[in-house]
Amino acid sequence: MLRFTARRLLFAVPTLLAVMTMVFVLVRIVPGDPAQTILGDQASAEALQIMRERLGLDRPIWEQYLEFMGGVFTGDWGQSMVTGKPVLDEILRVLPYTVELTIASLVIGSLIGIPLGAWSALHRNQWIDYLTRVGSLLGLSFPAFVSAILLLIAFSIQLRWFPVISGGGRATFSEWALSLALPAINLGLIMAAYITRVTRSSMLGSLGEDYIRTARAKGVPMRVIVWRHAMRNALIPVVTVVGLYLGILIGNSVLTEIVFNRPGLGKLIVGALGQRDYTLLQGLMVIYTFVIVVVNLMTDLTYGLIDPRVKYQ
Amino acid sequence: MTDQTEALPRGVSRHPFVDQLAKAFRTNKLTWVGAVIFVLIVLVAIAAPLLSPHDPLQQNILHRLKGPGPEFWLGTDAYGRDILSRLLYGARVSLIIGVAAIGSAMVIGSAIGVVAGYYGGKVDLVIMQAMDVLLAFPALILGLIVVAMLGPSMENLIIAISLTAIPPFARIARAPTIVVKERDYIEACRALGYGDLRIMTLHVLPNVLSEILVMGSLWLATAIRVEASLSFIGLGVKPPTASWGGMIREGFENILDNIWLSIFPSLAILLVVFSLNLLGDGLRDAIDPRTRSDA
Repeated sequence: MLRFTARRLLFAVPTLLAVMTMVFVLVRIVPGDPAQTILGDQASAEALQIMRERLGLDRPIWEQYLEFMGGVFTGDWGQSMVTGKPVLDEILRVLPYTVELTIASLVIGSLIGIPLGAWSALHRNQWIDYLTRVGSLLGLSFPAFVSAILLLIAFSIQLRWFPVISGGGRATFSEWALSLALPAINLGLIMAAYITRVTRSSMLGSLGEDYIRTARAKGVPMRVIVWRHAMRNALIPVVTVVGLYLGILIGNSVLTEIVFNRPGLGKLIVGALGQRDYTLLQGLMVIYTFVIVVVNLMTDLTYGLIDPRVKYQ
Repeated sequence: MTDQTEALPRGVSRHPFVDQLAKAFRTNKLTWVGAVIFVLIVLVAIAAPLLSPHDPLQQNILHRLKGPGPEFWLGTDAYGRDILSRLLYGARVSLIIGVAAIGSAMVIGSAIGVVAGYYGGKVDLVIMQAMDVLLAFPALILGLIVVAMLGPSMENLIIAISLTAIPPFARIARAPTIVVKERDYIEACRALGYGDLRIMTLHVLPNVLSEILVMGSLWLATAIRVEASLSFIGLGVKPPTASWGGMIREGFENILDNIWLSIFPSLAILLVVFSLNLLGDGLRDAIDPRTRSDA
């Protein structure tokens, strides 16, 4: 186990380095001169030159590269080219919004998806199963902004239960809950569709195992068989799959944040792209890659912890 | 087809994919539903100039932001353009971008996967590591950056979306290649002195084709969803060309005046993506016993 963890960690490092190099290159290929973007079309040549020097754009590309790579590890992610504030501060300011949205939607998704998937598996090929299967397929067909807009129309504009523009206020608990509710439900329902499907197929798998037949043969009540024997084993793949869907969750959270006008990493990245804020863009991509590499690593390791049969080589 | 072909192990039957296709449509009625809806949408997109009641670009300030009615069946947008006509033409944009992006990702991705699996060793390691790096980015974020970098246009949307879809196709093509290349008939090909390229294209590729095609239908759904998402963010085909994501974006700006503006294109996207998912899901169940939803 320890050796596997070490090996897996060691493999994550080159991936992280490669992705960061790609980030550096990608961001520099974005057309447009950031100095020009910041100062506007009327700026004089001298002003542009001074701005380029201040941004470090006049130095050789390899120097910029080394500084970028070194900075990532020492916590110096540079200053935003637009606001002048440290990139790390800008990111950390909105990070809690995205994290709470992600966690809330995962909770909603699991609370709906796991029981529904198990229920569907237990009633295999009955109408409830067909309904669940078609429903979950429909759920994962929704682009996140489409479902977000439909929710907004139904609950904010027609029923007026939630504010149309929330802006993520968090002065009081009710304000916080009201602004989080619709975005979290939106993401949560989409996640529920994915989780339902995985739980269903994995539950069908574990219900077909020999130990379930043995348990039934010795007269264990069905309720105990389902919850203690089948469910516990069925949840293993669910955990890993949730890790694999992180990319989808991140993409969907960007769209959700835009529709609900909620602060977060998604709104920050769209803004940074529009303003050609190289340094902020770099920082955001480093954060995204870091999160994904770490979650993949954790998923691999959890898999082994839950299921001792998994052999690490 | 006949009992004999079904009794043969996978990869040996002459036309396994034909059998699997037949089975998918026989056992799962929803596969039919998905296929029929999708074909209808394709036909409607092709016939858009014949079916559209109005010019999709014709502005008319006197008829702006109308709800559904007898003259404009689905209403008009903020410039007085007919929503129905724009929806019909928008289907073309979604389908062209989706099919071109996934088509090229399928070709490039499976070539990469087959080469990696066939040669193995260092080649495999380097190629798959590169694919993992690409996969580390969420599809939408990668698409966002590539389109922002190249500038929003139909070609660049195709490039961006196909770039996000290449790694999964490479993975799908690689796994069966590793198994197939150990088979006796590949050994026989080598003994006959066939070149690697000939073996890969004529003897390995046909064995991985069915999985790639099924993945293609599911990824076409994803591609159309990503294109719509990018257009919604403002990185889609340039206005005034109608695209569904762009229409929702305009509808969202006028959401307090007219909710229909965003509802109709939303339903259109949902219908296409859902039909492709029904189709792809049914096909996947038929070719891959491990993921069968009725197994």
